[in-house]
Amino acid sequence: MQKLLAALLLALLAAPAVAEPITIVDAAGRSVAIADTSRIVAIGGTVTEILYALGVEDRIVGVDQTSNYPEAAAAKPNVGYMRQLSPEGVLSLRPSLVVAIEDSGPKDTIDVLERASVPFILVPKAHDAAGVVKTIRFVAEAVGEKNKGEALAAAVGEDLATVEKMRDRITEKRKAVFILGMNGTSLMVAGSHTGAADIFALAGVDNALAAMEGYKPAGDEATLAAAPQALVMMSERTGGITDDAVFAAPALAATPAAKDRRLIRMSGTYLLNFGPRTAHAARDLAAAVYPDLKLPVLPARPWTGHDDGAAH
Amino acid sequence: MTTAPPTEAVPAEEAGGPARLSPALALTGAGIAVAVAALLSLAVGAIPIPPSRVIAVLIQSLGGRDAIDPALAGDALVILDIRLPRTALAMLVGAATALSGGVMQGLFRNPLADPSLVGVSAGSALAAAAWIVIGGSLAASIAPVVGTLGLPLAAFAGGLVASVILNVMATSGGRTSIVGMLLAGIAINGLAGAGTGFLVFIASEQQLRDFTFWTLGSLAGATWIKVLLVLPFAVAVALVAPMLARGLDAVALGESAAFHVGVPVERLKRIAIVAVAGAIGAAVAVSGVIGFFGLTVPHIVRLACGPGHRLLLPASALLGAALLTLADVVARTAGAPAEVPLGVITAAVGAPLMLWLLAARRRSMGE
Repeated sequence: MQKLLAALLLALLAAPAVAEPITIVDAAGRSVAIADTSRIVAIGGTVTEILYALGVEDRIVGVDQTSNYPEAAAAKPNVGYMRQLSPEGVLSLRPSLVVAIEDSGPKDTIDVLERASVPFILVPKAHDAAGVVKTIRFVAEAVGEKNKGEALAAAVGEDLATVEKMRDRITEKRKAVFILGMNGTSLMVAGSHTGAADIFALAGVDNALAAMEGYKPAGDEATLAAAPQALVMMSERTGGITDDAVFAAPALAATPAAKDRRLIRMSGTYLLNFGPRTAHAARDLAAAVYPDLKLPVLPARPWTGHDDGAAH
Repeated sequence: MTTAPPTEAVPAEEAGGPARLSPALALTGAGIAVAVAALLSLAVGAIPIPPSRVIAVLIQSLGGRDAIDPALAGDALVILDIRLPRTALAMLVGAATALSGGVMQGLFRNPLADPSLVGVSAGSALAAAAWIVIGGSLAASIAPVVGTLGLPLAAFAGGLVASVILNVMATSGGRTSIVGMLLAGIAINGLAGAGTGFLVFIASEQQLRDFTFWTLGSLAGATWIKVLLVLPFAVAVALVAPMLARGLDAVALGESAAFHVGVPVERLKRIAIVAVAGAIGAAVAVSGVIGFFGLTVPHIVRLACGPGHRLLLPASALLGAALLTLADVVARTAGAPAEVPLGVITAAVGAPLMLWLLAARRRSMGE
C-alpha cells in the first residue's frame, strides 16, 4: 500500500510548478499538506471567483455547477453539484489540488481523493466583511499565492471599509424582502441565517422576514405585515417574471415596496458569493434601496469586471 | 442465482401463448449480460484506461495489492477502489431490487406491486430526510464514522420500522391479509410522506438538495463497507426466493386454491415480506431511491419468459444486476466529470422499454 501511494505521489509530482510544500488547517479542522498547485479543481462559486481575481485561472482544470462567474469559468470542465462529487470524475481531470467551499463532499469522495494523494481543502465560508477577507487569504495561501492574496485582501478590505462608512449615512434603515423564486403568485423568500440576510446586513438593509429561518415559502399575511419597502430578486432565475406580476402577488400588492415599485434585480452570484465582489455588491444593493442617499460608486477593480450591478 | 433451471412446466395458463425463451436460454442469456455489464463497468469511466491495462490490473490484483506493478498504481486505485466496489454494489442492489419486485408482484398477485407500494421505501426516505435535516451534523460531530454510514443505517432502520408496522397492521389471528397490507401500505406512505414533507419544510437549502439527490438514487461514493451492508440482505432474499417460487406459482391461482394444494400460504407470505423488506431497506439505504426498477425488470422477464416464478425470480435477479450496472455506467460517464442521478436513467430507459415490450407483446398476441 505504502509503495503504491509513493508511486502515485511520484506520478503526480512529475507535473511542473511545484511550490514549497505547505500544511494548512482547513475549515473542517483537517491538516492538509499541499505540495503542487499546478492543476486546481475549484468547488464553489466563491472559490472560483477568488482564483480568477488572483489571476491563477490558467491553473483551474475544473469547476463545479455554482462557478458561473466570471463567464469564462463556465467553459471549464464541470464536476457537477458540490455535495455529490464523483471521485472518478474529479480524478479524470488529473488535479493536484481540490479547493472546495465548506460543506462540499461527500465524505467518501474526499476519502478516495486523499488516497489518490489529491489534497482536498475545505475553505471557510464568509458571512460578513471580516469573513470575506479571511476567505480570500485562505484560498490564496492554499494555492501558494500569499503575496497576491495579501494585495487582493487589502484592496477588498479597503472597499469593505468604504461600504461600512457608507452604512453610517443610512439614518433610517429600510426593510426589504429577498425573493428567491415565485410559483405563480406564491413566494419563496429568505429568512435569517441565509446568504441573502448576510448581504442585506452588509448593505445596511433590514431583512423584513428575519423572523423566519432559512429559505422558505412565505406566508402571504406575514409578508404583508412585514411591510417591506423594497423587494430584491436574483436576475438569473427570474427573467420570465415581470415587475407587474411581482407587484400583483397578493402578499405584495399592498406593501410599500409595491407602492413605490421598488423591485431590485441583481445577479445572485454577485450578491451571494461573498468573495472579491462583495463590497461592490453591497454598495450596489444599498444604492438601489436608498436611491435618495446618492451613495458614491466604489472604485472599479479588475475582478469586478463588466457591470453586473443593479438594474435600477 | 442459486436455483437450478426449472424442470417442470410453468403454470398452465401459458400454453399456447406467444413464443418464449426456454429457461436454459433465458438464464444463460441473463448470465452473459451480467458478465458483460461487470466487465464494462470495470473498464469504462471518466478516466480513460485502456482495456489491456484494466485486464493487467485485475489479473495482478489476484496476487494482492502489493503484487501490482507500481506503474499501474494509478489505474489500480481507480479500478480497485472506485470501480470495483461500485460494480459490486450495483449488482447487489440491482439483483435485490428486481428480485424483491418479482416476489412482491407474485405475492400481491398484481403486476403493479412494487416495494414502494407498501411503504418500505417511504419509511426509508423519511428516516433519510430526518438524518439529513436533523441527525447528521449532530451525530457526525460526536463520531466521524457516523458521518459516512449514518445515512444508510438510518434509511435501513426507517425501512425496517415501516415493514414492522405493516406486518402488525396487516396480520390478525396469525393470518396476513394482502388487502390489509395494501391499505396499511397506503397509510404508511401517507404518514411518511407527511413527515418527509415537514422535514423538507424545515430543511435548509443545502439539506433540501442533499435529500433531492438522495431520492434520485446514486451509487456514487460506493465503498466496501456499503457492499458489506447490503450483501447479507441480498443473499438472504436470493436464498429464500427459490423456496418461494413454487408457492408463488400456486398463489397466482388464488390464496385458497394455493392452500388446498398444500402451500403453507401464511408462512410463505411472512417469509416473503421479511426477506423483501430487508433487501429493499438495505438497497435503498446504500443507493437512495432508484425509480422504476423493481417494477420494470420482472415485467421484462415475464414478457420474455412467462409468469412462472421458478424462472422469473432468478432471471429477474440476473437481469436486475446486469441492467443496474449498465445504467450506472451511463450515470457516471454521460455527464462526466459530473454524475447523472441513477434513478433518472433507470426510469428514462425502463419506462419506454416496458412500453415497447408491451406493444410488441400485444402485436404478437393479436396474430
